[in-house]
Amino acid sequence: MSAKAYSVIGTRPIRHDGADKVTGRALYGADFTAAGLLHGAIVRSPHAHARIKSIDTTRALAFPGVKAVVTSADFPETAERMVDLGEGDTPLSYARGNVLAIDKVLYRGHAVAAVAAASPHVAEEAAALIDVVYERLPCVLTAPEAMLESAPQLHDGKSNLASQFQHVLGDAAKGFAEADVVVEREFNTATVHQGYIEPHNATALWNNDGRVHVWCSTQGSFVVRDCTALILDIPVSRVKVTPMEIGGGFGGKIPVYLEPVAALLSKKSGRPVKIVMTRKDCFEATGPTPGSFMRVKIGATKDGRITAAQAYLAFEAGAYPGAMVGPAGMTVFAPYDIPNAVVDGFDVVVNKPSTAAYRAPGAPNAAFATESVIDELAQKLGIDPIEFRLKNAAKEGTRRVDGPKFRRIGCVEVLEAMKNHPHYSAPLGGPNRGRGVAVGFWFNVGLQSSATLNVNADGTVNLVEGSTDIGGTRTSIAMQAAEVLGIPVADVNPSVADTDSVGFTAVTGGSRTTFATGWAAYEAAQDVVRQMKQRAAKLWEVEAAAVSFDSGVFTSGGRKLTFKELADQLPATGGPVVGSATVNPRGVGGSFAGNIVDVEVDPETGKTTILRFTAVQDVGKAIHPSYVEGQMQGGSVQGIGWALNEEYFMGADGTMMNSSFLDYRMPTALDLPMIDTCIVEVANPGHPFGVRGVGEANIVPPTPAIANAIERATGVRMTRLPMSPPTVMEALWSAGN
Amino acid sequence: MTTTFRFTVNGKARTVKTEADRPLLEVLREDLGLTGAKYGCGEGQCRSCTVLLDGKPVTSCVAPISAAAGKKVVTIEGLAKDGALHPVQEAFAAEGAIQCGYCVPGMILTTAALLERTPRPTDGQIVDALNGNLCRCCGYPRILAAVRRAAEMRGGANAGQD
Repeated sequence: MSAKAYSVIGTRPIRHDGADKVTGRALYGADFTAAGLLHGAIVRSPHAHARIKSIDTTRALAFPGVKAVVTSADFPETAERMVDLGEGDTPLSYARGNVLAIDKVLYRGHAVAAVAAASPHVAEEAAALIDVVYERLPCVLTAPEAMLESAPQLHDGKSNLASQFQHVLGDAAKGFAEADVVVEREFNTATVHQGYIEPHNATALWNNDGRVHVWCSTQGSFVVRDCTALILDIPVSRVKVTPMEIGGGFGGKIPVYLEPVAALLSKKSGRPVKIVMTRKDCFEATGPTPGSFMRVKIGATKDGRITAAQAYLAFEAGAYPGAMVGPAGMTVFAPYDIPNAVVDGFDVVVNKPSTAAYRAPGAPNAAFATESVIDELAQKLGIDPIEFRLKNAAKEGTRRVDGPKFRRIGCVEVLEAMKNHPHYSAPLGGPNRGRGVAVGFWFNVGLQSSATLNVNADGTVNLVEGSTDIGGTRTSIAMQAAEVLGIPVADVNPSVADTDSVGFTAVTGGSRTTFATGWAAYEAAQDVVRQMKQRAAKLWEVEAAAVSFDSGVFTSGGRKLTFKELADQLPATGGPVVGSATVNPRGVGGSFAGNIVDVEVDPETGKTTILRFTAVQDVGKAIHPSYVEGQMQGGSVQGIGWALNEEYFMGADGTMMNSSFLDYRMPTALDLPMIDTCIVEVANPGHPFGVRGVGEANIVPPTPAIANAIERATGVRMTRLPMSPPTVMEALWSAGN
Repeated sequence: MTTTFRFTVNGKARTVKTEADRPLLEVLREDLGLTGAKYGCGEGQCRSCTVLLDGKPVTSCVAPISAAAGKKVVTIEGLAKDGALHPVQEAFAAEGAIQCGYCVPGMILTTAALLERTPRPTDGQIVDALNGNLCRCCGYPRILAAVRRAAEMRGGANAGQD
């Protein structure tokens, strides 16, 4: 906990883009328009698994108003090679194949072809005239089934088990032999979607000079640039991405789906082409989070010391390899100091959309399993569930099962805050009620960020950065520059720039933006101070080293100039001052989160009502506490939806049966109690202001905390997500209630 | 077949010649260039497309343009008057009831309509009014706070305070 007094950090200013966002002026991707704009429509596979025998575009091309048609045959002819789309190496054919299917369709909704026309309706009508002949193949929809020898194979000549790993720490067999109590259970979780309200969109113009300009809603403009260039086999310098405002992402707006298609359509038609997904497209053909099958076993001694743990994690990657099972393996036992552990992870392709990141990807699945077993162990041992966790909590120096040793972390502090919270000792006040707790971990990421600060003569500063702003990061980044410069945050004017106008900046994801891009802004501000000290030295005819700077005032001897006064002198002392910085921080600080949840379960219907919910999280340092609370509430509510309602209902033929907001039920205002927040600040020694990153850890504990609360209310342990009324009823009946 | 429709948008008389079954949202966004109302689902389930039709919130993605004929439409662009934000807009900005901002136009218009008919809503009435407006970033707690603040701001103004 930092005792340092800040003037800007820790305050709650109104965000810089507030006026644009309350007046409807903020321009999101679909709001973009251009002279001569065409509209694109995508032809999607009606089958979950089929070989494409032929595609005939004749009728579509002849349809009045149609300007271009593309299929995967329009991709450039390049030999197969491995490419990095930001999340590890993948074959180029996979990267292209998810954008427009090559030879086979691997999930219902898989893009097969696209049409550009003068209006969206003409494009849709023409898309229906593209004749695709399919040879249907049997489909496989779950990881355990897809791993069977007899399962239909998605990628010819390659096993559905795309990869596997094993982490070993100590000797698990020996550890289990030392245990007095061992609990082992199997868990299943359904596929869920990020559920951002703004559908994916992209507009592209392939200019006559061979340069491609893309306007889209994305979490990473540089990812879009690099992926589009790789897929189209052109240099990155020929692609410029202008990020529009983005209506939610949660990890789902990292991959490219439409951009290369819009670019190909533009190349053929010579005009800008815009494509916007429908809600059904978003559900069927973007990247939801993996469904999973997990088995977790944990042993402990009578006095409550965990001796060993074992996890088997099989995740559904969807159509192409890359389920977030790796992060699940890194986080599954992270809150605990366990001497002996083994974790096996399996990345399995199935005939569902290719999965993408979703807020702490992989960690909520794993935590559902671990934290349920931990809770059951505590019950069997007769130890309070928070005390049991505290007894075994990870701390600085604890080695994680996947290898790294923790630096300073706040797991203990989060558990202490939960124990001491009035919620934990409040009476439950009624029958069929229960209180559950759980904790969860997300490691957070660093990655590259860039920022530039242009000092204006009036003492204000223009901040140029490359992190698309989903939750107020313009402000949380600007606040860090303002703190260094000793000026009000209102005097820092932030812009999110296109990829030609700012240095490389990785995605808005991994809870990294306030941490890493904020750090770039901090360094850029240090650069400004360094340069302005030189200007003051020039004016005062002293060495730059003789100039001091504190709280926005430059001094040397008895002389003094405020930041604003000196800014006014810049033209006369050598011209403008531009501070810039790039970072690739190593000092990432992981974040722990914990929940206390009270539920009431209706024994007649199985419906679970959340009565009270407290979210606790170690955030390192809260730059803008309101936005920190907003992230904590947001992750909690997504976790509540995941726990109680959300799931892809899949027909046996691989059709998603509930691809609309009517049937895919996300939490509404009526479903929720107040989500109380409790910010814990254990400064991250790896960041100048102690920031850890706050976006993700909060979605990890809700599903097990709610499961544990349901168990306390009913005596029945839930092992399947979502814990919807029918699932709860079934569990109650099986238990003989 | 096209039909001519006359209606008022943000206080201005407009005439649009188009197919009668086109959604109001599409006409507002594509024909009139008013992109403040957002497409989220196309089936009236998320309410990010909310506009006011004769003062009542409607989901413009499922309302045909014919439903607007002869009526007054107010979109988010028409809420601020004479350069001054509407109290609900001010409250949303001040309360930080925005994460990505995509649902915000619909939330603000729904709130403005609520406060017109119920200037001092209870929490239950606020939740009932906003229940269908989805916010996935989950600003509901902050959005509810913004609605309460807006009610106070309007109430204060009505009582001749401020």
